[in-house]
Amino acid sequence: MSKDEWVEESDKGQCSGFGLTRRDTLKSGAAIVAVSLSTQGPNSAEAAADRAAPLPVTPQYPLLVRTTVNGEMVEVEIDTRTSVLDLLRERLGLTGAKKGCDHGQCGACTVHVDGRRVASCLTLAAKVEGGEVVTIEGLSDGDNLHPMQQAFIDHDALQCGYCTPGQIMAAVACVVEGNATSRERIREYMSGNICRCGAYAGIVAAIEDAASKMGRG
Amino acid sequence: MRPFSYIRPTTAEEAVNAFADAEAGARFIAGGTTLYDLMKLNIERPTHLIDVTAIGGLATIDTSGDRLRFGALAPMSAVAADPVVAGDYPVLAEALWKAASQQLRNMATVGGNLLQRTRCMYFRNGVDGVYPCNKREPGSGCAAIGGLDRGQAVLGASGSCNAVSPGDWPVALTAMDASVEIVGPAGQRRVPIAELYRLPGDTPHIEFSLAPGELITVIEVPRETLEAGTARGSTYHKIRDRESYAFALASAAVVLEIEDDQVIRARIALGGVATRPWRATEAEAVLAGQRLTPERAIEAGRAAFRTAQPGRHNRFKLELGARTVADALLIAAERSRS
Repeated sequence: MSKDEWVEESDKGQCSGFGLTRRDTLKSGAAIVAVSLSTQGPNSAEAAADRAAPLPVTPQYPLLVRTTVNGEMVEVEIDTRTSVLDLLRERLGLTGAKKGCDHGQCGACTVHVDGRRVASCLTLAAKVEGGEVVTIEGLSDGDNLHPMQQAFIDHDALQCGYCTPGQIMAAVACVVEGNATSRERIREYMSGNICRCGAYAGIVAAIEDAASKMGRG
Repeated sequence: MRPFSYIRPTTAEEAVNAFADAEAGARFIAGGTTLYDLMKLNIERPTHLIDVTAIGGLATIDTSGDRLRFGALAPMSAVAADPVVAGDYPVLAEALWKAASQQLRNMATVGGNLLQRTRCMYFRNGVDGVYPCNKREPGSGCAAIGGLDRGQAVLGASGSCNAVSPGDWPVALTAMDASVEIVGPAGQRRVPIAELYRLPGDTPHIEFSLAPGELITVIEVPRETLEAGTARGSTYHKIRDRESYAFALASAAVVLEIEDDQVIRARIALGGVATRPWRATEAEAVLAGQRLTPERAIEAGRAAFRTAQPGRHNRFKLELGARTVADALLIAAERSRS
């Protein structure tokens, strides 16, 4: 099976709990509707129930957060303890960002907030009020992969793939920041993303390649 | 994690007042890279979070005057990339970009970084009775003393605590004689960076000389004592178990003023080896008025550790630390010549 076929196959997997295929999610840029679990009328609540998971606990300190995720406005009631990572994964069904360590040590949860890469596991969801979040699901232009996504495929920059969404989000930021100017600098500025499979050689090559295509190399 | 209420005031006054009005258990939060992390470990247990990041005017970087002024809310990544800092103050820039990862540096603020708590593994991993720790539970004891102490401090430890002060940026600021501006319930005050940090003594849980409800607003670095208002003859030299993204085993911030090959003044601070950012005055004294040779550099390095007290597994830090100081001195000297 060629690499392209493998990607096709894996995209057919169901995204459990939401009735969406991963391809659908990618296509729609993660179609999210405004979600407010307690403050809106029955119709919007019904629509929300299709799309967002309910809060698993009754929050002692509920907080309404309004933010933009992959270009879509989102309004969700959260418990104040919620991280951006848990908001994305558990409430909005965007499971691209991974919970590796949950302590800011591995980089698997990397997303962009207001154009800068952050560890979403150590970012309080309350902090993205009024902000803009971009995840791996929002990176491609419909079916056209972002140059960094394509470069990771072309350079075999992964094995198991678990760290890859975080690697790619960090890598895109690394290029945009102007920190992809040499192999040494790429290694330094990507050191917050751990790959236990050890695909580092491919990752550095992919970033060099994508940087030239993104016009920053 | 315990439930907590959350507010995000837009002025420092509001934040300070909110702290005063809150019951015990209020904490300020900025980037959250330390506090939220320790809350997940159940070590920090605030009941009321006051997010200070929406306070206006505290994220500015001003390098135009005779003092560099960094708003406490400026992200570490922004200060590291500032052209004046990156070009003229390598000791400051290196202390920032060699810390953490770019993701964390985008989140963490230069003010919050001053208050980062120790990475002592007994402090972090022994909550709820697994290991005693005088920082977590005052009076409970210290499992690190006589324990697996490879990472622990060899300078400034007490019979209660030998946890290392983890930061890089505070070490560089210590070498630069920086100070911080603070607002609090009793008004404004300025504190030299050297006075911000306390030795553990019998009260290792009290790490900073900040009163409850006090907030760091600005970090100020003097530049007028340095030739041409720069510190190009400086470095932050950081030695780690891996090349990047790790805490220091030993580090040295060095700021040199050299004339005709003679050291007019050397300022040296140590990280990774002490219970607080550590000014190495003994090492500085070795160099004053002398020609800086490799022999003199290692002599200064050894002087920095003359009073060091190693435990079972961290004796290596004496030699590593001395050589780190020596290498840093030679790097700074090379830069001051160019």
